[in-house]
Amino acid sequence: MNLTRRMVLSLAAMAAVLIFPELSHTQEPKPAPAPGQTQTSPQEQEKPKAQADPFAAQPAPPLPPGTKGSDVNDPRAKLKPGMYDAGETAKGMKHVAFVKKPDAFQLQATSSDDPSVQKMLGQLGVGSAEKMPKGMQMVIAQLAFANSDFAFQGNHLFQGNFYGVNIYDISNPAKTSLLTSMVCPGGQGDVSVYGNLMFMSVEMPNGRIDCGAQGFPPEPAPEPGHEKDRRLPVPQKERFRGVRVFDISDIKSPKQVAAVQTCRGSHTHTLVVDPNDKDNVYIYVSGTSFVRQSEELAGCSGEGPEKDPNTALFRIDVIKVPVAHPEEAAIVSHPRVFIDPRSGVINGLNNGGSHGKGEEKPRDTDQCHDITVYSSIGLAAGACSGNGLLLDIKDPVNPKRVDAVNDPNYSYWHSATFSNDGSKVVFTDEWGGGLGARCRANDPNKWGADAIFNLKDEKLSFANYYKLPAAQGDTENCVAHNGSLIPVPGRDIEVQAWYQGGVSVMDFTDPEHPQEIAYFDRGPIDPKMLVLGGDWSAYWYNGAIYGSEIARGLDVFELTSTDLLTQNEIDAAKSVRVKELNVQNQQKLEWQPKLVVAKAYVDQLERSQALPKDQIASLRKAIRNAEKSHLKEKQVAKLKAMTGGLESGAGTAKTHADASRMQALAEILKHPVA
Amino acid sequence: MSGFPVRETSWVGGQRTQGTRVLNRMVIAALLSLSQFAAVSEAQKAIEKPAVVQPGAPGEPTKPLPTDTHAKLPPISRADVDFMQGMIMHHSQAVEMTALIPSHTENGAVRALGARISSSQADEIRMMERWLVARGQATSMQMPGMPGMDMQGNSMALMPGMLSPEQMEALRKAHGAEFDKLFLSGMIQHHGGALVMVKDLFNSAGAGQDAEIFDFATDVDNSQRAEIRIMQKLLEELH
Repeated sequence: MNLTRRMVLSLAAMAAVLIFPELSHTQEPKPAPAPGQTQTSPQEQEKPKAQADPFAAQPAPPLPPGTKGSDVNDPRAKLKPGMYDAGETAKGMKHVAFVKKPDAFQLQATSSDDPSVQKMLGQLGVGSAEKMPKGMQMVIAQLAFANSDFAFQGNHLFQGNFYGVNIYDISNPAKTSLLTSMVCPGGQGDVSVYGNLMFMSVEMPNGRIDCGAQGFPPEPAPEPGHEKDRRLPVPQKERFRGVRVFDISDIKSPKQVAAVQTCRGSHTHTLVVDPNDKDNVYIYVSGTSFVRQSEELAGCSGEGPEKDPNTALFRIDVIKVPVAHPEEAAIVSHPRVFIDPRSGVINGLNNGGSHGKGEEKPRDTDQCHDITVYSSIGLAAGACSGNGLLLDIKDPVNPKRVDAVNDPNYSYWHSATFSNDGSKVVFTDEWGGGLGARCRANDPNKWGADAIFNLKDEKLSFANYYKLPAAQGDTENCVAHNGSLIPVPGRDIEVQAWYQGGVSVMDFTDPEHPQEIAYFDRGPIDPKMLVLGGDWSAYWYNGAIYGSEIARGLDVFELTSTDLLTQNEIDAAKSVRVKELNVQNQQKLEWQPKLVVAKAYVDQLERSQALPKDQIASLRKAIRNAEKSHLKEKQVAKLKAMTGGLESGAGTAKTHADASRMQALAEILKHPVA
Repeated sequence: MSGFPVRETSWVGGQRTQGTRVLNRMVIAALLSLSQFAAVSEAQKAIEKPAVVQPGAPGEPTKPLPTDTHAKLPPISRADVDFMQGMIMHHSQAVEMTALIPSHTENGAVRALGARISSSQADEIRMMERWLVARGQATSMQMPGMPGMDMQGNSMALMPGMLSPEQMEALRKAHGAEFDKLFLSGMIQHHGGALVMVKDLFNSAGAGQDAEIFDFATDVDNSQRAEIRIMQKLLEELH
């Protein structure tokens, strides 16, 4: 999520009010106006008398000419609103568990009808307890406690949050349970794990080295007569913005072992494991926020490159973490990935476009938002505000840009996913920053969408867009967000979060024709105002799909078979097990030559009509007999006998995908394992 | 620290205490007491509760927190409120400037840019009003002696980068290419002021810790920086 956007929340900013002791000094009695002076500013006089309710959701503007919106007839378009009782609908997936956000990460668990809430709102004396929309009363200051990204290891799920990390036991996904709530505020809480180490991003000024939740005290009110004096910056040596490193050998008590400060903090980070370096891991730090003063962290400069060639803008930061001595983690380079190689200027890329025509702001390329590394092919895809980048990372300390693309429909390049064979990259456009309703019937379906690119010889070329097909309401923040591959052999399938648009499973095997094959959605949190919520990330991990619901908690799903995805394909996906998953550190998926994988390929060849019906039938029969016999020699020999036909079929297959499936199927049938 | 003094009765850890506390303490306590009742029956069911912990600085031990801990927010400061009120005034002038475009220039690039600035800044004004209203604050600066106000309470001393009345007058009188030039140079100056305001905000003690204001201010910095670059290019093309 890039929460740096306009249209900022109707958000529960709200009840913030309730808990701000220090704010109260701003409510001290105001000095009486001097004689003859008016209290009304010129701006106020110009405002229309009937001010629109600033809390009400704004309807979408008309669709720009020549664009299409989303489908209002989809069952997801009009679901019942509610925080914990919203309407739900799903296709091709089943909601198997929901775990509410822990109390330690909520101000309070209340409903707006709770008399105590009504009472305290009244006592606040803001005079707006009635005016305040119900959703606002109910969901208090959610952004400060928003759930964010996931990491996985063994039976543990790590859910980042602006306020810390929650660790869950997922040994039985349907009975997911909370193990540890680790309080350590600072947003966004992007999280990764590696062996005994956990990494966490911090970017906000309330982040403290000691994980304290108290933030920093406000400046005292100025002395009378000195209100206009310019105050000197106040560096805070206890402030922390950067990447924290924890030892998680005791899962119930993570211990901070290092905290690496950076100039812009860390909005996201990416774990990079160099296949040639067993002693160290690396962290790519993407900072999108303001550059802090050099008085607070030496060497930080937020000047433009013309004024200061050492500016902290226009770069990423690389942290090296010695695995045996994580306390020695430190920044080792500041790659200038936006440099123009010919002229040497460091701001060599400019923003790639906008939604133009008055709709959305353009973005400058002075930062990456997120980077996905795929070390086994030596490349990374950088989603870098105004551009999509392709980086050579064979030397992980010195990534080099090999290609950059832009797109006229893109507002903010947000994240990236490679196809397993590295022939495609799916980028996302976080139009509206994740805080806005951007999937309404009148929002163009090429804006705030995935953009699928072909990748060949280190060059990216655009293929098509994919956007959640179902229209969402005015009060549902919705745009393309984080997803991961589902290891169905023979197909490129991604499960992806769309905030309050829910979860969508997309097949992009044919990049020109991406297709939705499964989904889950809930109604909006509130019917009248946009309250921030929905899925930040939806990732597949060892057989289940996990959704990180910003406001509500944690969801667990399972895939169910449909015409578009068979049980064999699901079982084949489940046969892939990994020990650890950090989605932005993409690992090559590999399938063991099991017969369940073979059955998935057969289903696919039947669906695409790449093989005649009788050949499909005899393949199925042979596989079934081999299974029944527990891979007896005779039956295996029969399987092997069928591979010739497949191999010759591969030579004449109409699509590359079918040819690959036939070859892969033949390989399994030659040497199947149990 | 001052607050809302109220008489309070709360039950914390089963102990009845009475005293005068600020409202927020009372609120938390009231809710805690509710959750305590729930916790009794929960405890009978669940043998091992999830751990609630707070790490220390690097190398320092991690400490356990009570299992019924609730979250708390960082403070917001006078500088936050000043920033939002000042930025509403600042944005209002941008909207005022862009409102001149349709009757003052035919330049397509300036028109498109103006429409974009107008729509996003008007939207942001709504957001800032929400933020302030939600916190019981006025949406404009009303006190003499505040930044942006002269001693007569008029907004003579402007927020950084705002165009002076003379500059605004010159802009109103200009047309065509002359308007384009004044508009672009004026808006570059105006946006530059917004960057100063963000810098000042984040350089103020205790400011920018609220998640909403952090995101908004970060966005202002990123997007106006980009728009300045675009306007500089447009301005070069005019010469």
